[in-house]
Amino acid sequence: MKKPAVDSPWWVRQLGVLLVFCLFVAAWHLAVSIFDIPRMIVPTPAGVWSAALREKKTLAIGFGMTAAIAVSALALSVIIGSSVAVLFSLSRWLRATLHPYVIFLQTVPIVAIAPLLITWFGYGFQTIVLVAVIISLFPIISNVTAGLLSVDTNLVELFRLNGATRWQTMCKLQVPFAVRSLILGARISAGLAVIGAIIGEFFVGETSTSAAGLGTLIAGWQRMLRTDAMIAAIITSTLLGITVLGGVNLLSKLLLKRWTEGQFENS
Amino acid sequence: MNRTDNINDLHTQNTRGVGLKIEGLRVQFGPTQAVLRDLTLTVEPGQIVALVGASGCGKSTLLRTIAGLQDHQAGLIEFSNTLTGQRRSGCAFVFQEATLLPWRTAIENVRLPFEIGSRYTISPESNQSIEAALQAVELHQENWQKFPRQLSGGMRMRASIARALVTDPNLLLLDEPFAALDDILRTKLNQLLLDLWTAKNRTILFVTHNIAEAVMLSHKIAIVANGKIAKVIPNELAWPRNTAQRTSVEFAQQYSTTSHALAQQN
Repeated sequence: MKKPAVDSPWWVRQLGVLLVFCLFVAAWHLAVSIFDIPRMIVPTPAGVWSAALREKKTLAIGFGMTAAIAVSALALSVIIGSSVAVLFSLSRWLRATLHPYVIFLQTVPIVAIAPLLITWFGYGFQTIVLVAVIISLFPIISNVTAGLLSVDTNLVELFRLNGATRWQTMCKLQVPFAVRSLILGARISAGLAVIGAIIGEFFVGETSTSAAGLGTLIAGWQRMLRTDAMIAAIITSTLLGITVLGGVNLLSKLLLKRWTEGQFENS
Repeated sequence: MNRTDNINDLHTQNTRGVGLKIEGLRVQFGPTQAVLRDLTLTVEPGQIVALVGASGCGKSTLLRTIAGLQDHQAGLIEFSNTLTGQRRSGCAFVFQEATLLPWRTAIENVRLPFEIGSRYTISPESNQSIEAALQAVELHQENWQKFPRQLSGGMRMRASIARALVTDPNLLLLDEPFAALDDILRTKLNQLLLDLWTAKNRTILFVTHNIAEAVMLSHKIAIVANGKIAKVIPNELAWPRNTAQRTSVEFAQQYSTTSHALAQQN
């Protein structure tokens, strides 16, 4: 077998990634200069960089604003989604009755109902969070429900044999068993919560109570034809997505300690 | 009781093991498919009974029905001695796989029976029985704090047996407990089960596909075929048992009697 390249430092291993990035930036720059594309439509990489520096404070505030929304939405999705999943796992009837509505949650075009939500709940932080929750809730519900229900039948019987109550089986068997599924769901939902936050901001715009999020900035700069700043905001949004996902991964490492500790010792 | 009491007296009088009487037991999956039909079996307190038979003959279903994991449609299961009630309190089950909770260490897995159900609470005594059970199955102390994934297959099985022993069950049910283990380990754990029986003298019912194991461990061997007990063979192998007896003439005779009877049923 080929020896894995664990000895080389990280920057050597990431060399390929870096190379592709450099090539992309160079090609971008060359394309803009050779074809003489108007800067208003495609700015140069340097143009984007300087716009980012110029707007760094606005972008930082936007990052914080959108992060607050995405993280609140993700936390709410985890809490609501897990609770719904626990209810679903307790009753087949409940599952059969409510599952179509959960599917509805997944398939609803969020862009289409965002204006409706604004009509009902107003131009505010809470409406954006709601949009992000709706979009990020489904993976939690479906993953956790599946996790709670896929417990090894022998383990379920072991609990029955020892006279475990339904509550004990839930707390000591099903919930710990479903933690992995929850984390899997949360990883998907992390990305969706950021998307939901930005979509929500597109529609809600700058609220009277708080600063502009990244979605608001993108929409605003688009109207002003400030493409360079817009691209800077888009890159910032991507960074936000990565940050939130990284946070979830970090949390999951702590949470999953009991599930993975010493994993490879005896292999 | 005088000092010259024979083995049978020891089994029937000096035991907290439970006696078992099964009559006309019928278990069916779905409206027509009968797995057990009119099954009758008697187990004396403190006896070890091996259930053998072809795959799908209903051995495991019988064990699960006795444990209360499977409903029966007709017939009765009667426990004598200390075992009573719907919940089958005092009965423990060992599955073919170790069936440990992966997020709990070995000792935490053995503690589990004290944390669930209404009967048990953690007390100094229960901590003592947890340690005693782990020592009884010869799981070394350095492995108590390890997670199942860090233990070998044999160690996992030992932990699983310790979990069954920790509540000091009067009836121990084992469903092909050593089937997934290699021969050397299997012999070791057979010896362990013999030692445990000698120490505790409880009633044990176990399912096996291995005739040598059935002969080595039991007082009698029940052959299950077509959902009934086709034949009960008394086991003549002398007590106290030891896995070294495997090479004896006595063992060979019992082995051939059993495999002959088994072959006749299939």
